[in-house]
Amino acid sequence: MELLEHFALGDLEAFETLFRQFQGRVYAWILCIVRDAGTAEDLTVETFWRVYRARTRFDATRDFGVWARRIATNVARDHLKAVRREVSLRQNETTESSGGSAPDSAVQRDIQDAIRPAFRRLPARLQAVATLALIEERPYSEIAQALGISVAAVKSREFRAVRLLRKKLKRLGVEP
Amino acid sequence: MKEQSAEKLRKLLQSAIEPLEERELKSDLWPRMLQRLDQQLIRPPWFDWALAALVLVWFFLFPEVIPVLLYQL
Repeated sequence: MELLEHFALGDLEAFETLFRQFQGRVYAWILCIVRDAGTAEDLTVETFWRVYRARTRFDATRDFGVWARRIATNVARDHLKAVRREVSLRQNETTESSGGSAPDSAVQRDIQDAIRPAFRRLPARLQAVATLALIEERPYSEIAQALGISVAAVKSREFRAVRLLRKKLKRLGVEP
Repeated sequence: MKEQSAEKLRKLLQSAIEPLEERELKSDLWPRMLQRLDQQLIRPPWFDWALAALVLVWFFLFPEVIPVLLYQL
């Protein structure tokens, strides 16, 4: 019997082998989305816990890496949702736009300071796509596979993320 | 024009969101995974608790079934 079949039957040794083989890749993918090493480690463990729980639903003829990456993306997205709620609460307390006569670098810093929370407040599914497509510049096909959606849907989410981000920045007095 | 503006936003985003310097996993996460598995495997599922609660309520409402049940055991 093959490793994946053993894993699907609940063999802990097979799971350990898969874990050691894929933990680095899963971690790197989650890190791309959440952008914090400690959080990415926690979410990697959470991902593999979900992988282990869902082992009976895994089709041993399919690619384990793709399946794990999809679960990792969902875990990272859940995390972004939670962070978004926190940022929203904090943002409500301090919303100030920058002045127009500051020196260039200061203006640039103000813009960056405005972008970060605005970006974190994007809906999680848009934020995940925007991070992967705009910041990481990952191919659309890879993002689509990880999210389990079509390339057209990825492009649509990217477009909506950009539009929403512009709107949010405009409200803060920043015109990108 | 639209594309230029999108490109500008992309650049702004890339400068605002901290770049990732280290993408490699520094430590083996398997010990943490084992810990997580142990914690979860020891904890009985919620429906076991619900079932136990139901049985207790049943005994409380119909105490006469207790000797019948014991006899059956």
